[in-house]
Amino acid sequence: MAAVTEPPSRAARLGWRRIMALKGASFTVPFFLGFLLFTVTPLVMALKESLYSEKGSGLGFGEKTVEFVGLDNFVEGFGDGRFWASMLRVGLFAVISIPVIQIASVGLALLLDAASQRVADRFRIPLLIPYMIPGIVATLIWIYLYSPVVGPLTPFFDLFGIDANFYGGELIWVSIGNLMAWSGIGFNMLIVYSALRSVDANVYDAARIDGASEWRIAWSIKVPLVRRSLVLTTVLSIIGTLQIFSDTMLFKSMAPETVTRDFTPIMAIYDWAFQQGNFNYASALSIILALVVGTASALFYRLTNKAPTS
Amino acid sequence: MTATIDRSTTTPPRPKRGATASREGTGPVRHSRRTKALVLGGVVLFTLYSLAPVWWLIVSATKNQSDLYTTNGLWFSDLHFTDNLKALFTYQDGIFLKWLWNTLYYGVVGTAGMTLVCVACGYGLAMYQFRGRGVLMGCIIGSFLVPHALLTIPSFLLFTDLRMVDTPSAIIVPSLFNAFSVYLAKVYAEGAIPPELLEAARIDGAGEYRIFFTVGARLMSTGAATIFLLGFVGSWNSFFGPLVFLRTPEKWTVMVGLYSWLKVKVDTSADLTGMVVVGSLLSLIPMVILMISMQRFWRSGVTLGSLK
Repeated sequence: MAAVTEPPSRAARLGWRRIMALKGASFTVPFFLGFLLFTVTPLVMALKESLYSEKGSGLGFGEKTVEFVGLDNFVEGFGDGRFWASMLRVGLFAVISIPVIQIASVGLALLLDAASQRVADRFRIPLLIPYMIPGIVATLIWIYLYSPVVGPLTPFFDLFGIDANFYGGELIWVSIGNLMAWSGIGFNMLIVYSALRSVDANVYDAARIDGASEWRIAWSIKVPLVRRSLVLTTVLSIIGTLQIFSDTMLFKSMAPETVTRDFTPIMAIYDWAFQQGNFNYASALSIILALVVGTASALFYRLTNKAPTS
Repeated sequence: MTATIDRSTTTPPRPKRGATASREGTGPVRHSRRTKALVLGGVVLFTLYSLAPVWWLIVSATKNQSDLYTTNGLWFSDLHFTDNLKALFTYQDGIFLKWLWNTLYYGVVGTAGMTLVCVACGYGLAMYQFRGRGVLMGCIIGSFLVPHALLTIPSFLLFTDLRMVDTPSAIIVPSLFNAFSVYLAKVYAEGAIPPELLEAARIDGAGEYRIFFTVGARLMSTGAATIFLLGFVGSWNSFFGPLVFLRTPEKWTVMVGLYSWLKVKVDTSADLTGMVVVGSLLSLIPMVILMISMQRFWRSGVTLGSLK
């Protein structure tokens, strides 16, 4: 009120500014208290846990003791062949599946962009339906579709004389990749499509006047223009794929011989923590995984953002 | 990760429509008939790929167990949908209904609280200059990079200390603090609230908290709806958290319950395939209702989600 009636002194105004800033900061207090408790604390605990180890005393009699072991868990983790085998499995899968899914998404977005407005409007929502299906349900649906007893896919491939075992060791990653493509393409397509739509149409007209074909326009103008969106969705895919868990957990129920309990890094961590009860080692493995995910994302981001962007 | 934000992906649908209009205004693209057929064919193929599995689920939910194994998966045989529903809701004293209720309860309570906490935080970060604001923003962006798995194990130990394991609060309370929602809220607040309006309210003598509830929160209602929607979908779909933190079947969510039914087949000779199919279909209903009723928020939300 004072601000209206008379010009306040400099000191009073500064005080008022400070109070306002404090009140503004207070809006963020509930969140950051929770953030501190449920994000920062677990993070610190993970770091601490990973430096300790539970040791049985003597011949397994008596109380178990917790000892500080320094980086022993990490040394063990870095030398854990089965953990790295799971990492390699998922890494290889990511290297193949992510580009395939991205290319399909861009292709679909370009198709939709080239189609008439009416067609695009009509098909956009059906194309997004898989994105709305909860991950677990999507996995369940595909598990049944792949199933040799319930699913229609095995008889379909039989028609061509192909004996497809979707749960087998050779095909399991194709099966999971198809599931991820099915759930992910719609979302990625929407991001790329909205980037395409926001491009000024004059750019295309100019290219057409210069005699560029539609293919040329798609490749030389549209794809570079959506590159940044692509980098973004790819980084998200890398983070997601390296941490794949629920899909493989469900596949494990159907194909326990193929999908072992340390099939993916997170499954290995889950197994160490909750089946073997070794939280210390599991924490160390989580940190290693976090480092790998972070490095992979950063590396990809660096490499793709080096060239000048439009 | 903010550096990756592409201006174009942040554009909400409205300006886009303008862009398309101008595109049509400059003369339609002259595609040859062959190109048109190719484009349409490609889109139709993708659509079939997207829809066929869902179609299979709908068809299968109407079959009894033996038809499920013997008849064509993509077409109906005898309709047993109501029998299946009855079987689903009576199995183990109607535990599925309990799971549905749990999921709804955790989702609504958790997401409503989360929306309030995160919108307030985003508003504070967007509208005020105060010391430490940069650090707080850094924490939020940085936390996007922390893998969930890294947090789950220590969270389990922490929740054990707090006696939260196997209680609804293990699901609800941590979900109140969602860094990504804060980020969305901040972006919305910056776009939706003109600072002059706040100045005007201040000159009229309104306190900062009153301004938030009368001006800020109202202007942010679209953003809040999107945050709620995305949060609810996330909570409805979540699996790892409930799997780790909930032990008693009566407290499970639909997703964990369906998973346990899928696992039954391996452990015993009982076959719950029919149940899982019908249960999966039912679990989609809230999503469908939400998507249809909130289409406007959802579309902009999905594109905004790309900001992450």
